Amino acid sequence: MSALVVTGLSKNFGGLRAVSDLSFTVEEGQIFSIIGPNGAGKTTVFNLITGIYRPDDGRVWLHGGDIAGKPPSALAAQGLTRTFQNLQIFFNMTALENVMVGADRTAESGFASAMLRLPAVRRRDARACEQAIGLMQRVGLAAYLAADAASLPYGALKRLEIARALATRPKLLLLDEPAAGLNRSETKEIDALIRSIAEDGVTVILVEHDMRLVMGISDRILVLDRGARLAEGSAQEVGRNPDVVRAYLGTGFAGSADAA
Amino acid sequence: MKALLAPRTGGLLALAIVIALLPAVLPNNFYFNVVILVGLNAIVCIGLNLLIGYAGQISLGHAGFFGLGAYASALLTSSYGWPSLAALVVGAAAVGALAFLLARPILKLKGHYLAMGTLGMGVIISIVLNQEAGFTGGPDGMPVPAFAVLGWTAYGERTWYWIVGGTLLVTTWLALNLIESPVGRALRAIHGSEIAAEVIGVKTERFKTLVFVISAVLASVGGSMFAHYSGFITPSEAEFFHSIAFVTMVVLGGMASIFGSILGAAILTVLPQFLAVFHDYETLVLGAVMMGVMIFLPKGLLPSLAELLRRRRL
Amino acid sequence: MSSQFLQFLISGITVGAIYALVGLGFSIVYNSSQVINFAQGEFVMLGGMATVFLIAAGAPMPLAVVLAVLLAVVIGFALGKFAIEPARGAPVVSIIIITIGASIFLRGAAMLVWDRNFHNMPAFSGSDPIDIGGAALLPQSIWVVGGMVIIVAALQLFFSHARIGKAMLATAFNPLAAQLVGISTRWMLLLSFALAAGIGAIAGILIAPITLTYAGVGIMLGLKGFSAAIVGGLGNPMGAVAGGLVVGIAEAMTAGYISSAYKDAVAFLIILAVLVIRPSGLFGRRQSDRV
Repeated sequence: MSALVVTGLSKNFGGLRAVSDLSFTVEEGQIFSIIGPNGAGKTTVFNLITGIYRPDDGRVWLHGGDIAGKPPSALAAQGLTRTFQNLQIFFNMTALENVMVGADRTAESGFASAMLRLPAVRRRDARACEQAIGLMQRVGLAAYLAADAASLPYGALKRLEIARALATRPKLLLLDEPAAGLNRSETKEIDALIRSIAEDGVTVILVEHDMRLVMGISDRILVLDRGARLAEGSAQEVGRNPDVVRAYLGTGFAGSADAA
Repeated sequence: MKALLAPRTGGLLALAIVIALLPAVLPNNFYFNVVILVGLNAIVCIGLNLLIGYAGQISLGHAGFFGLGAYASALLTSSYGWPSLAALVVGAAAVGALAFLLARPILKLKGHYLAMGTLGMGVIISIVLNQEAGFTGGPDGMPVPAFAVLGWTAYGERTWYWIVGGTLLVTTWLALNLIESPVGRALRAIHGSEIAAEVIGVKTERFKTLVFVISAVLASVGGSMFAHYSGFITPSEAEFFHSIAFVTMVVLGGMASIFGSILGAAILTVLPQFLAVFHDYETLVLGAVMMGVMIFLPKGLLPSLAELLRRRRL
Repeated sequence: MSSQFLQFLISGITVGAIYALVGLGFSIVYNSSQVINFAQGEFVMLGGMATVFLIAAGAPMPLAVVLAVLLAVVIGFALGKFAIEPARGAPVVSIIIITIGASIFLRGAAMLVWDRNFHNMPAFSGSDPIDIGGAALLPQSIWVVGGMVIIVAALQLFFSHARIGKAMLATAFNPLAAQLVGISTRWMLLLSFALAAGIGAIAGILIAPITLTYAGVGIMLGLKGFSAAIVGGLGNPMGAVAGGLVVGIAEAMTAGYISSAYKDAVAFLIILAVLVIRPSGLFGRRQSDRV
């Protein structure tokens, strides 16, 4: 069964066709990248898949189940989560607490037991804390275990969002421009992190502008232009596709892709 | 983790000590009266702070719930002869149910729109209480029988002091527990970024509804207790200005600070008592205080104080 | 058309015109600062009260009117400068409390400087009602509605032809872009407060001869004017005008045909209905967050 199947996805905003008749499939365990110029609709696609926007047309299947109209929190319970292009960190909490919220996602509205501070709640709290510490160490944020989220530098915040998403134990993880604004060495770290996430069996869908990262890491690439599919295939195929090359990669890059 | 516990138990202990020792220093019943009012306001404000400070929502209509609780107790005990405790509980449950129904449409709103929605709700409750004179005695108000449980009646300032003090302590304990639990984290996450909270699995609609209901129930309980204590209530308990007073207490004391709410309630309950001497200036000074604190200490007193201390230590 | 219906319609349009002007003030301020100024109603109060007391102090009516409006404009400017500007970036709740604090402050000041009593103001051109189809139309009502029409027309011209007016519109649409072309958004904010205050004051002066004025008249008027702004779509000044008339007429009809006791509730029920069904109001722009 495929991790994600999208058919005929469309979304209009007023007169703007943000996404039109888009179809693609992501297989289990793949690293699948969506690229395209700004305004191509990549983040809109993410928003449609994760339930933030309702599609005007089309269907989305997650592990075979139709997820139309389900709220993001229900999808998170089914193993689908995402990070954000413009960082939606909980700045009013500590870095650790940010990740803990992901870990205790099954915090049912047990208001009564929480208010009475029942032992089960305390145990859950301690467990979530342990998990969060482990995840922060995994993404390389061990130095910030005691810090407020607001005090973290930009690069650390990007990784914090990933740690938070991982805390929900996703089967399908959508990363929206995880390398945006990062320098070369930071991007290499993100590259390694994404690979290790995929090695754990998580299916990753990536929206990115950093071509070196995308070409190096992706099993499959989907190229969008003005909300519609321009091309799809492996990094080799996409790199050699003349339309794509002409529009987005530039002739210089096509040369180095062949050499790689 | 241990470090987290210290301010909590420390704070609770301090509160318990203050409540226990205060009667020794209060000179007469007038002071007891003021302190009781502080306590009742604090109970309402703690609930409201959960909604405003922690979950990041707004309500400019909570006095409506307070008024409904007061009138529920008043009506059920005087017109229908119900026992006081039953009336209080049923009143709170009814207010909770109302809040639950209202939460669905209203909490879809954000920011100014949410403020307006809750304002409208509060004003309508206030108008209904004013108009339905057949039930409520209209603008002139209605008397409320004393609070009685199993033959024992609560009379006088001293008794009520312990009742309110005890209730405040329990409410504070419950609220602190809630905040430091996964539920509290989820609420703060909603405040931090509702969309991110939703995406990592927090059922934001459910949490917002529940915290709204809890804060409404606390307001109702405060209102019921106030009704029995003061023996007489008027629809002004539910008026817009009263809602603003509650919100100001919360913001003044410190959003997302339970003890801040107690402090805010204390200051804004005591202040008008002193200002009553300056009768003519009362409104003016109150307005000035509200503006001044919000402009210069937008985080509220306790968080600003904590920040100051933290910087000193560094 | 029954004369009773006509009567309700007339009073509805009259009071609706005032709500429209108050709502207009809300929208202008909201447009430039994203602030809902709860003190807007107090400017209406200031206009009426200041005029009354200036007349009592011996000033001829036209002078009193001008001075009263000037006073409101100055206070509006001061509010923007000393209460709102320093609080830029504060959470919505804090700003709401600031403007509410300002409204309480202004009310307290009015009670102190003037008094707490109700006051009358002479009608501009006599108070003999004109008979229209069996309904009584006060000449002052014509002043009120006429005043509203003139102000609305003047504002339309201002926003479409005056440089400053266009600058204000630009700031409302896109503050960043406006700054980049050299418009001082700070000044636009202060200007909008002053403008809204002036409009509010004029509204207060227009209506005072019909309904008495007193230090506390601002609260309800402010809230109902707010309802007008919401109905029309917050941030749409012309929508506020339409909204004001809708609220005013609905209120008058309710008072006449259903129950005068619940007249005040109408405006708030309308607020709730609009917020639940169509928060962007009749003419407002739909808002969506970019994520």
